[in-house]
Amino acid sequence: MAINEYSGVVNAGDLPDKPAPMRTEGIVAWIRDNLFNGVFNSVLSLVALAFLLYTIPPALNWLVFSANWTGGADACRANPDAACWPFVTARWEQFLYGFYEKSERWRIDILLAILAFGIVWLAIEKMPLKKYMAIFMLVIFPVLAFYMMFGTESALKGIDSTLAAHAASGEFAPLDPLRKLLRIPFAAADLKTVETSQWGGFTLTLVIALSGIVASLPLGVLLALGRRSKMKIISLLSTIFIEFWRGIPLVAVLFMATIMFPLFLPKGVHFDQLLRAVIGVALFASAYMAEVVRGGLQAIDKGQYEGSMALGLPYTKMMRLIIMPQALKIVIPGIVNTFIGLFKDTTLVLIIALFDLLGIVQASIADPNWSIKSVPYTGYAFVAIVFWICCYAMAIYSRRIEEKLHTGHKR
Amino acid sequence: MQSQNNSSNMQVSDEVVINIKDMNKWYGNFHVLKDINLTVNRGERIVVCGPSGSGKSTLIRCINRLEVHQQGLIDVDGIELTNDVKNIDAIRREVGMVFQHFNLFPHLTVLENCTLAPIWVKKMPKKEAEEVAMQYLERVRIPEQASKFPGQLSGGQQQRVAIARSLCMSPKIMLFDEPTSALDPEMIKEVLDVMIELAKEGMTMICVTHEMGFAKTVANRVIFMDEGQIIEENEPNEFFDNPQSDRTKLFLSQILAH
Ligand SMILES: Nc1ncnc2c1ncn2[C@@H]1O[C@H](COP(=O)(O)OP(=O)(O)OP(=O)(O)O)[C@@H](O)[C@H]1O
Ligand SMILES: [Mg+2]
Repeated sequence: MAINEYSGVVNAGDLPDKPAPMRTEGIVAWIRDNLFNGVFNSVLSLVALAFLLYTIPPALNWLVFSANWTGGADACRANPDAACWPFVTARWEQFLYGFYEKSERWRIDILLAILAFGIVWLAIEKMPLKKYMAIFMLVIFPVLAFYMMFGTESALKGIDSTLAAHAASGEFAPLDPLRKLLRIPFAAADLKTVETSQWGGFTLTLVIALSGIVASLPLGVLLALGRRSKMKIISLLSTIFIEFWRGIPLVAVLFMATIMFPLFLPKGVHFDQLLRAVIGVALFASAYMAEVVRGGLQAIDKGQYEGSMALGLPYTKMMRLIIMPQALKIVIPGIVNTFIGLFKDTTLVLIIALFDLLGIVQASIADPNWSIKSVPYTGYAFVAIVFWICCYAMAIYSRRIEEKLHTGHKR
Repeated sequence: MQSQNNSSNMQVSDEVVINIKDMNKWYGNFHVLKDINLTVNRGERIVVCGPSGSGKSTLIRCINRLEVHQQGLIDVDGIELTNDVKNIDAIRREVGMVFQHFNLFPHLTVLENCTLAPIWVKKMPKKEAEEVAMQYLERVRIPEQASKFPGQLSGGQQQRVAIARSLCMSPKIMLFDEPTSALDPEMIKEVLDVMIELAKEGMTMICVTHEMGFAKTVANRVIFMDEGQIIEENEPNEFFDNPQSDRTKLFLSQILAH
């Protein structure tokens, strides 16, 4: 090789690490870089700013600054061009408990406290025993909630009459020991029956929404798996089910549940109105959930199935341990989207004479004592705020879970 | 890597572990595998090569039933592959497989990737599974990555995890489907080194690869496939120095050309 005048440069490769450069040098730079970096963007920013200036201050003024916070209906009547919060404070118990018997409302308080406790426990990152808490909240709490809300009186009566009948006839019933065991907590609690027709307000909203949420995810997963099944019959049935429920409006589902469904029941069989609505909402939501989950399943690479199968994992374990966790993680935004939709759709039970939060607020607005111009607006604003807080909390929670489940960059 | 064949110091027993007889497979009307006959003895290291689309992957995927053959017989370690799920599970427990794209589970850590199958398929206690996994991670020289997620590793590291994951099931046979073709050149060696060690320990291996250096060093037999058929089968020196069929000659000239 010819000798070259040029001798190569060799870098020892021991440059020290430097801190990353700051992207912005303060608020002014940030505004310039993000809001006014170009003619189009500047115009857009100005239009948006003008819109916000035009809408936000009057809204805040109406809702907060010149609103009536104390006094009664008279104070609101004197100042009708601002929100009338005394309307809400005067009625909040009804908004929360509906027509639930006053003397029994402590039962709801306890349940709400457990619910809040459980949600906070699960939301805090470093909490211990999360798995058991989740199982408690998803399996035990719903049962507990049902008997606490509905009362144990009628269950106790049923058990006692069955036991008495068996004792009288001398018939041996293998389930009797179990009945006797169940009788103990029911008798100890001895909660009087509060018919579901008395349930209402935000409690009812929570009952319908949470039942729907808890039921729709597992149902949706099963339906999604069914629709992708290689067994044609299962796949066909799942598809028919999903497309049926997706194809009709929820209002129609609720009407069918209340008006048509009883026609098919044998005479004398009573099927609780609220239960019918809950089932309707849950099935409706599960059809949407199934499609969301199916989307996640479709995004899973074939290699994940092959990797699992090559290791000898049977189908159910492969699905449970490998495929589903990844598929569900991908579609967390879609799942939470469905939950939020379901939560808001519960307001539709209004049309089958169930009084959820919106229903009860609307009924209260009609009260002649409160026939003031600002009261309907205040009522609806209150409902909107409550719903928004709940839905936004779900959105934040979902984002946190997504961040937590993020494991390194994708290939 | 040594360029000279040292396969002579690796033992091949005369016990047959894989027996494929008159096997045929179709995808719809497309005849992918034609009259395949192949016996593999314990301890053999077989390299399968051939042009793209010749059916190499399909062949080795039939051995652990990732693909279903329609005709003929496949017998692995005395168990015949039929639709019987029990047989399939039994065979998959004995046959490990390493894929071109690793197929690690991205939502699990490296350690969890390795302990999953021992815990759930072999019912091994978690503690023991973790100890076994750490041993194999040490053997593929990445014990320090155990708590990372696959997405945080380089391709070569991921493939070594995949090998360790398979080994944790203590398979009797390992199948490799182009384990190095998705890797950058500087990572190929680290994976091949692990495979060479495995071969030296007497693992029965069937490896689809275009790494001819690996074939010369490790294989005791090279199989050349084209259009769904086994065209030529020979020990490596003969295969490379003295190919018999024209198609083999053409293929070798093409891959040695670059
Ligand atoms: N699921 C499938 N359905 C239909 N045809 C398929 C399927 N999988 C593979 N094939 C076809 O079968 C033939 C053999 O495929 P195979 O993947 O076994 O080839 P290969 O030898 O491994 O090729 P490569 O070197 O590109 O990996 C190819 O022509 C391919 O197009
Ligand atoms: Mg291939």
